[in-house]
Amino acid sequence: MLDVRHLRVEFPTRRGTLRALDDISFSIAPGEVLGVVGESGAGKSITGLSIIGLLEPPGRIAAGEVRLEDERIDNLPPEQLRKLRGRRIGVIFQDPLTSLNPLYTIGRQLEETILTHLPMSKAQARERALGLLREVGIPGADARFSHYPHQFSGGMRQRVVIALALAAEPRLLIADEPTTALDVSIQAQIIALLKRLAAERGAAVMLITHDMGVIAETAHRVAVMYAGRIVELGAVREVIHAPRHPYTAGLMGSIPRIAARKGRLVQIDGAMPRLNAIPPGCAFNPRCPRRFDRCLVERPDLLRAGTSLAACWLHAAA
Amino acid sequence: MPLLRLERVSRDFDVSRPWLNRLLEHEPRRFLRAVDGVTFEVEAGETLALVGESGCGKSTVARLIVGLYAPSEGRVEFRGRRLQMIFQDPYASLNPRWRVRDIVGEPIRVLGTSARVADMLVQVGLSPDDGDKYPHEFSGGQRQRISIARALGGEPDFLVCDEPTSALDVSVQAQILNLMSDLQSRLGLTYLFISHNLAVVSQVADRVGVMYLGRMVELAPAATLFSRPRHPYTRMLLDAVPDLGMSGKPRTPVRGEVANPLAPPSGCTFHPRCPHANDRCRGEVPAFIDGVACHAVAEGRI
Repeated sequence: MLDVRHLRVEFPTRRGTLRALDDISFSIAPGEVLGVVGESGAGKSITGLSIIGLLEPPGRIAAGEVRLEDERIDNLPPEQLRKLRGRRIGVIFQDPLTSLNPLYTIGRQLEETILTHLPMSKAQARERALGLLREVGIPGADARFSHYPHQFSGGMRQRVVIALALAAEPRLLIADEPTTALDVSIQAQIIALLKRLAAERGAAVMLITHDMGVIAETAHRVAVMYAGRIVELGAVREVIHAPRHPYTAGLMGSIPRIAARKGRLVQIDGAMPRLNAIPPGCAFNPRCPRRFDRCLVERPDLLRAGTSLAACWLHAAA
Repeated sequence: MPLLRLERVSRDFDVSRPWLNRLLEHEPRRFLRAVDGVTFEVEAGETLALVGESGCGKSTVARLIVGLYAPSEGRVEFRGRRLQMIFQDPYASLNPRWRVRDIVGEPIRVLGTSARVADMLVQVGLSPDDGDKYPHEFSGGQRQRISIARALGGEPDFLVCDEPTSALDVSVQAQILNLMSDLQSRLGLTYLFISHNLAVVSQVADRVGVMYLGRMVELAPAATLFSRPRHPYTRMLLDAVPDLGMSGKPRTPVRGEVANPLAPPSGCTFHPRCPHANDRCRGEVPAFIDGVACHAVAEGRI
């Protein structure tokens, strides 16, 4: 469905070009949920934005390509990309308020989106909008149709945004931290909803989040990002239970779990490097407990490690 | 003897519309009860955590304790030496125009303690030279270290930590949580730890209080609360935590949302979401008995 090959995104600045993403390659199959996880600044949101053509200038795609259903979309003119978003790609952002127009009722926003993308009459669009609201679990959809965004709670707003993103039956759904602004009990509901909709509609879902718990619950495969690159890519179960990259291992250890008693967490010392200060060799080497000479000078590409891929010299064939 | 004691503490906020609107539209004054009759104690040297979702009143409790708000009813008694507070947002809680040395030095200067800035910085894992820098030169985790150093400068025996790691990435969160636990054992600190994250709480707390719409619904030793939660809300919260182990265990789906605190439900405020609610729950506020405020538990129904 979605195929990203060797994507590189650069931000030219007065002090030289910053490489925000480097050599990003992955694909998502129909009905599959790919989790993209990483800490702030790892490049996960930029990955999403570059796929939908919403990179903030001066950021630009410097190399590589993005294909949706075998059609190249990274070089489309802005007008065609705009049509693509909404029609074939649905997008869900973290803050539902930024995706909703405060001046229009949610019914009108849904109808408009449907009419823009699908050949339907006004009555059909209304019917479909109501159906979508019911599907995402909004109680009393008929009454809620004429309400404004501010009359909804955070969780309900995010449901409306999901309904909007699904309005034109997109083939690809990009969800950027869709549950981060929500309380845990609401988060669980939204996760279950996303999972069900992806499975039912056979859409490909790219789920961007910093929360490995959300990934574990929702995704089939996961890409772990660090300093603008994918450092590990594999089946969720594999990555969580048998991480192959020392960064993934440290990340998994540092996630607090419900424990019977107090304890210390595994910690990775230091912090992720800023884009203008990425060390030579492997970007993780200054924090890596298992680094050796090669890591300091040569940057590893994704190498086969069990059934996963890991960008780490530990997995180089001898 | 407990270091801190809250007795039936409540706090109301005036959320009335402007005077003219009230006059013209014949509206009464409206109050929001953010904290409702909360009682608990914190013993010296322990970590008491308060958990709950947004709007449950946990941050208001923190502010009542440090004196940023005065209680509308009830009393807050502190018998320790000094309280300090650590805030959630390490970007908003440090003055961007001050050097770190002045930020950390302020409580030392104002309170006249014998602490030294350089020592405080070293204690939280920063270098004495970092005192010359400004907050923007630090990452989120390092800024939270600066906040902790500033709090320690006042030589407190009690720290109120309001979501201290919620704005941080997980690997940095682990560093800060470990640092806080080291400081606790080294300096004999007592913590009130406020968080919405149950997993974090289970790593740091000796006892845990669960709040819902301004009331304490369950208070128990951490080991008991996480292994045998009693209140239906505590059970629901625990069930909602994403399962990292991918055990595929069946879970009860979470129902509904937190009610509007301006018009809280009658009786037990959790009853619209509770699978065990009956007429008594809808009509009568459950008393807090033996660590839990729930009719169903008190009657032995669950």
